[in-house]
Amino acid sequence: MTSSLFFNITTFAYLASMLIFFTFLAVRAKALGTAAIAVAYGGLFAQTVAIGLRWKESYDMGMGHAPLSNLYESVVFFSWTIVLIYVLLDLKFTYRVIGAFVMPFALLGMAWAQLGMNTGIEPLVPALQSNWLLYHVITCFLGYAAFAVACGISIMYLIKAGSEESAEKPAGNALLAMFPPIKVLDDLNYRAIMVGFPLLTLGIITGAAWANYAWGTYWSWDPKETWSLIVWFVYAAFLHARITKGWVGKRAAWLSIVGFAATIFCYLGVNLFLSGLHSYGGK
Amino acid sequence: MTNPKKDILQSLWDFFCSLKLTMALLISLALISIIGTIIPQGIPPQEYLAKISQAKLTFYKAAGFFDMYHSWWFILLLYLLTVNLIACSVKRLPYIWKIVTQPVTVLDAALERSLSNLTTIKSPGVPEAVGERVAAFLKTEFAQPVVTQSDGALHLFAQKTPWCRLSVYCVHLSVIIIFIGSIIGSLFGYKGFVNITEGGSVSKVVSRSEKELPLGFSLRLEQFSIAKYANGTPKEFKSILTVLENGRPVPDYTNVRVIVNDPLTYKGITFYQSSYGNAGNYFFTASDLDGKNAVSLTVAGQGSVSLPDGSSMHVTEATNDVSQFIPELSGPAAQVEMHTADGKAESFVVYAKHPELNIKHAQEHGKGPVLHYKGAEEKMYTGLQVAKDPGVEIVWLGCLLMVVGIYSAFFLSHRRVWVRIQDGAVTIGGNASKNQGGFQLAFEVLVDRLKAELTKEKLT
Repeated sequence: MTSSLFFNITTFAYLASMLIFFTFLAVRAKALGTAAIAVAYGGLFAQTVAIGLRWKESYDMGMGHAPLSNLYESVVFFSWTIVLIYVLLDLKFTYRVIGAFVMPFALLGMAWAQLGMNTGIEPLVPALQSNWLLYHVITCFLGYAAFAVACGISIMYLIKAGSEESAEKPAGNALLAMFPPIKVLDDLNYRAIMVGFPLLTLGIITGAAWANYAWGTYWSWDPKETWSLIVWFVYAAFLHARITKGWVGKRAAWLSIVGFAATIFCYLGVNLFLSGLHSYGGK
Repeated sequence: MTNPKKDILQSLWDFFCSLKLTMALLISLALISIIGTIIPQGIPPQEYLAKISQAKLTFYKAAGFFDMYHSWWFILLLYLLTVNLIACSVKRLPYIWKIVTQPVTVLDAALERSLSNLTTIKSPGVPEAVGERVAAFLKTEFAQPVVTQSDGALHLFAQKTPWCRLSVYCVHLSVIIIFIGSIIGSLFGYKGFVNITEGGSVSKVVSRSEKELPLGFSLRLEQFSIAKYANGTPKEFKSILTVLENGRPVPDYTNVRVIVNDPLTYKGITFYQSSYGNAGNYFFTASDLDGKNAVSLTVAGQGSVSLPDGSSMHVTEATNDVSQFIPELSGPAAQVEMHTADGKAESFVVYAKHPELNIKHAQEHGKGPVLHYKGAEEKMYTGLQVAKDPGVEIVWLGCLLMVVGIYSAFFLSHRRVWVRIQDGAVTIGGNASKNQGGFQLAFEVLVDRLKAELTKEKLT
């Protein structure tokens, strides 16, 4: 039993879960929603096993380190955290249909990692040999994942709010009837960001602490650092928007989407297009 | 009569107190920060300068784009944000402070109308006796109540985590503390760099602004070594360092191991493993194509040397065993960069055990000279990042305050319960500063328990 087998199972499970969610949207049979989330649970379990196995395999290869050291491992971990946050949200609120807007993000990550990247386990370069790696990466990615879920919910909000404003369309309305009310979506969006924002803050702080410990500078305006601050500014704006007249509802949903776009750029764009201290991305 | 001066002050105050300004500042900061991630910061590299037009370069320089995070307009935005958050806090804090420190303890008609969680339980009996039961109940099930007599009724008030209303201000304060810490660091600290050769010692470092700064002690490099993984990628860069006071080793700071992610701190100054290289000499011979006129050349680790034909060369990298890079070759090799007299530069490898390759290279490039590598003297130097930052502890304090503040701002809620006992009825109401849905459920459970408690007590 190797980690790569389990990673493949995970990818198929997320694909299946997403497709069942889409069918659930179209057919509106409750059993399908249950099946979709069950498959997502199975995928999350397989992925947890896979990550654990990969960790163990790195020790067997004599370079033991947490599987968070390169782009492949981080994308896989990102996908894991997205499903984890979604599952936790589902346990608390059971709005199944959100899965149709969240699972695609998880699938996209897994498919890209499995098909487009070098999956080999590499030894850890000296710069990454620190316990801070674990704290920094875990907090950042849990934060990113919460923002991914918030983005999915915001898209649902905009679709539903848009259709409520425009003329009645019977076909669309049947589908949209499955969405939670926009007030609930707005609340869920806020709750997801309420989870993501403290985690992002912790991620930035652990990153600063690590940088200070490794280089003697807690902040050097490296593109990655700056982009994490940009993301922080956007979500800080989102949080203040809720207590400002004229910024609630649609505008807040847009801020959440812009925030996630900035998050993705911070995570991938900086590595692929800009140069800096986080060189795991490679060109 | 209006005082125009006062009006201006008032509108200025309103401007700084507005959340619209907060939104505008946060969004502008987010957008403007992007510039410095696209335009290289610091001294722009040659390749970048060649890419952009002269007009752009002049504009970028004038606008401070090459050091934008320290430019006046960026700092101004940060100051505006600071003033904005102080003003907002100053405006709202007294009101919140009053809620926290002087709670409304009496459930009157106006308060009753404003509560969405409200129930009345019939409970005939002596008001004082009922009051005692309710007080005991609240103490075990919710929080210690305050009992007040007012308008012929008995009022009980209990609350949980009132101070969490202050957490927003705690977050705002933490931002200011972080700014203060960073200002202290930039005023009283420095960042520098130092190279030390094996066996050598230094007592000064060079700061980022190229100033020489005395350390107040000396630092000696005993040894530098590199460990590698089986596949050749580096595993560990290690400097063994000794701190010297008046030329004598300091006992606890002798032969200290410094690796990446494990620095050495002495007297508030920290040394971080950053780079390394060979400071020893490299040896070559240079001759004509036919081997005549051979001369030996010695190239210093970080220096360059002039060749007989007027060109100059320096070594960029050397190895004792080239086979790890090119498996079919063996022996020592050096990567050199040569600048010819007419300004051309080329980089190539010179071998020790493959003279034919050296001759071939020279032939392909015309006249020569032919270079042969003769090996290097092993003497490593270590490059250490040096930092002194007396503000860093304050920054961490600010960060801690921020995390605690954000946590309590998001996940804690100020919950209040009022009870009024009057005319044989117990009226109970409550509210929460956050998570209304969750509070409503908890409130219903509390009311059910109170009902059970009051009826049970009556039976006995």
